[in-house]
Amino acid sequence: MEIKTNSFEVEYDKEINTVRFQGSLRLSGMDEYAPIVELLNQIADQNPANLTLDLRALEFLNSSGINVLSKFVIRVRQNKEMGLTVKGSEEIAWQTKSLKNLQRLMPSLTLELQ
Amino acid sequence: MAEIFGNFIENFPSSEEYLIIGFSPSSIPLKQRWRNNGLSADFLADYFTTFLPADESEDSSLNQHAEIKGAVSYIANELLENAMKFNDDQCDLPISIALYLGTNNLVFQITNSIPPEAVKPFQEYIEKILSSDPQDLYLEQLEKNALDEEGGSSRLGYLTMINDYMATLGWKFEKLEQKPIGISVTTMVQLTF
Repeated sequence: MEIKTNSFEVEYDKEINTVRFQGSLRLSGMDEYAPIVELLNQIADQNPANLTLDLRALEFLNSSGINVLSKFVIRVRQNKEMGLTVKGSEEIAWQTKSLKNLQRLMPSLTLELQ
Repeated sequence: MAEIFGNFIENFPSSEEYLIIGFSPSSIPLKQRWRNNGLSADFLADYFTTFLPADESEDSSLNQHAEIKGAVSYIANELLENAMKFNDDQCDLPISIALYLGTNNLVFQITNSIPPEAVKPFQEYIEKILSSDPQDLYLEQLEKNALDEEGGSSRLGYLTMINDYMATLGWKFEKLEQKPIGISVTTMVQLTF
């Protein structure tokens, strides 16, 4: 499963239960984010024991995108059988500022900033 | 008469270094210019980084320049997205974003029109931001958004600026001399570094 445009790429690697985000996500509102929400929800429906969101190559995310990730974290939080790891980069400003909030939403979430 | 909310400095600018970008609301449809928000925000960020004093914090993984650049890019993009989204298309007022460089701060000022009926709910939302603990309000908003199947406005832009970037915000509402009635809002975001 993948979504690819000129500015970003979201790709699910089933072998290692990892969703990789790359590029810049500045879509306009929830309508334009719908395909990404759909992809994430399809993965959550399969109940993987541990899912990783790899954001290390995601240079930019607007507040609508932060909303999408937060909604997904809240959804996973409700599923007690599913663990979630978020991989971020300490070299990307928005990640050092905003990723900690995901852990506030779901204290059992593993946040790895590299 | 102007109405002021939050931390708004009147009679700005106070610095010699500034950049203003203007957009005429009717020239290109909103959808086609959405990509411009990111381009403009990145341009403001790149441009201002060259004026910053030499970076001495080489030991940290994210140096100060990169941090300020990221902050300018994020905040400018959010302000432009808001302005484009909530602008009153019936009004001729151009949207403008200005960025002023001070000795240890950056000040963003963005002006757009909003429909008269949107003034009251917007001011109520501003009052809520100003009177709440921003961290609590941010988490509360995320939980609320998670239950919202409609997927309306996320209302996270201002809250992320305050919580994650330690910015202070202020707003000025003014009546425009025109018929039918028009209202302009200027949002001021101050970032200290």
